[in-house]
Amino acid sequence: MAELVLKDVRKSFGAVEVIKGVSLEIHSGEFMVFVGPSGCGKSTLLRLIAGLEDITSGTLSFDGEVVNGLSPSRRGVAMVFQSYALHPHMTVYDNMAFGMQLAHGTKEQIRERVEKAAEMLQIKQYLDRLPKQLSGGQRQRVAIGRAIVRDPKVFLFDEPLSNLDAALRVATRLEIAKLHHSMNNVTMIYVTHDQVEAMTLADRICVLRDGLVEQVGTPLELYEHPQSLFVAGFIGSPKMNFLNGQFAAKYGASTIGIRSEHIDINETNPMWSGEVVHAEKLGSDSYIFVDIGSEEPLIVRQNGTTNKQLGDNLKLAPITPAYVHRFDAQGKPMAN
Amino acid sequence: MAWALTRKAGFYLLVLAIILESVFPFYYAILTSFKSGTSLFEVNYWPTMFSWDNYAAVFQNGSFPQNLLNSIIVATLTVALSLLFAVTAAYALSRVRFRGRSVLLLVILSVSMFPQIAVLAGLFEVIRAFGLFNTLWGLIFSYTIFTLPFTVWVLTTFMRDLPIEIEEAAIVDGATPWIIITRVFMPLMWPALVTTGLLAFIAAWNEFLFALTFTSSNATRTVPVAIALLSGASQFEIPWGTIMAASVIVTVPLVVLVLIFQRKIISGLTAGGVKG
Repeated sequence: MAELVLKDVRKSFGAVEVIKGVSLEIHSGEFMVFVGPSGCGKSTLLRLIAGLEDITSGTLSFDGEVVNGLSPSRRGVAMVFQSYALHPHMTVYDNMAFGMQLAHGTKEQIRERVEKAAEMLQIKQYLDRLPKQLSGGQRQRVAIGRAIVRDPKVFLFDEPLSNLDAALRVATRLEIAKLHHSMNNVTMIYVTHDQVEAMTLADRICVLRDGLVEQVGTPLELYEHPQSLFVAGFIGSPKMNFLNGQFAAKYGASTIGIRSEHIDINETNPMWSGEVVHAEKLGSDSYIFVDIGSEEPLIVRQNGTTNKQLGDNLKLAPITPAYVHRFDAQGKPMAN
Repeated sequence: MAWALTRKAGFYLLVLAIILESVFPFYYAILTSFKSGTSLFEVNYWPTMFSWDNYAAVFQNGSFPQNLLNSIIVATLTVALSLLFAVTAAYALSRVRFRGRSVLLLVILSVSMFPQIAVLAGLFEVIRAFGLFNTLWGLIFSYTIFTLPFTVWVLTTFMRDLPIEIEEAAIVDGATPWIIITRVFMPLMWPALVTTGLLAFIAAWNEFLFALTFTSSNATRTVPVAIALLSGASQFEIPWGTIMAASVIVTVPLVVLVLIFQRKIISGLTAGGVKG
């Protein structure tokens, strides 16, 4: 329930500047995802917002109030850590109640809130257990429950799914999305290096690179209108196809990018042609890798299964030229 | 086959030799403590007589119960004080970033390298200046100084290995450093606390030189000094029987303590809090 504003926030560790001037507005009730490759400063930025690290310069404000000097609990944030960070000697109940106890809540109040959160996350039957008696997914739900109990203004998630296996990750992702819908108007900030998580969860995504904001926007804005080569390559799976040299020159650009689903087989008016070097058949769709003489093979998506074989020669073209993203030598998009 | 057997036999022979070597002196002390009269001076390795006379004599020796009580008070308070200081210092040294932290750690370690006798004179002056001479506080003060470097080092190393996220989660929950130490770290540090506490207790319990120097009356002496000053009927007689009985009496509490806490030293207490 808070609006966050970051103004030219910087963070240095000794001589190394990790966050190099981030300005960002996070709206009240928004699910914001910080995404970027490892070392881009996304976790550090989250820790600055949490108050676990001091901001070197710039201001951070919650609802217009500068909170640079406030401790995490005074800021009203709750955080879910990648490694769960449960207190091993406390039961699930005590873990979840710890923050409320420190805030001097009454016993009934604490019990009521813990039980409500436990019910929400379906961990009510584990309240008497110790963390070591729970599975990874259950532990992470306890960690989320601990955050809920404190009824924070801002929820912070630091790669909460990285330690879970693939199936559990999808299930927990869904649960976090549901949580955001069910909790009225709670601001959530979520850090991940996994762009699929970012795309599926976010209201808006903030792509970070090397301590700077690369682009902020809704998942589809980022997908359809990347403001740089970096964002174009980072968002989307499989990766956007990039062509340069003579392939790009035809379009009057230094680099062109086109997504795999925007290329189709075109016998009559081909743009590119080449040999199939690899095919991934996933059932619902297939990805054909075609060597057209560029640095990397061109990835082409086909609906359903494909009958193309290795070695087949394919003629390809963009579905419409509008799907071709053109970038200049600086990696910035060019107007169509 | 034969070689394996020889190896096994050799191993157990070695074990036996080590056990004999370490247990024999104590065994002989117990044996002697139950002898009386002239049989004290006969050398034999199996119990030949059993009498409680020596034990009775120890407790009838005016100040011995008082000395025992002194030892208990001094050792307990030393442990309590040094653990309190060590835990708080370890938190600062392992978790708070400040200039000169590693230098400070090295200084603490080097303090413990001085032999007792080197600081005896200086410490004596300090204790006199504080008006602690011939009080139990003088002993507690000096023992705490000597046990702290070790306790601080062990606890700092241990605390450094505790996962940082657990502390950060507590900070986000609104915990102050004191709450983090007492409610988050201490429960995880029981094995280290018990081990260092026990060693500090043993050091304070057995200490002789300071106890001899910083006390001057029977009312403030601790057991090791009291045993050394036990005298027989005449100045030519060394009362071996009572000395041995007293030694056994002061050793038994230590053995009991170790046996009790040995079970409390559970490893893997941190399992489950973080991933894995």
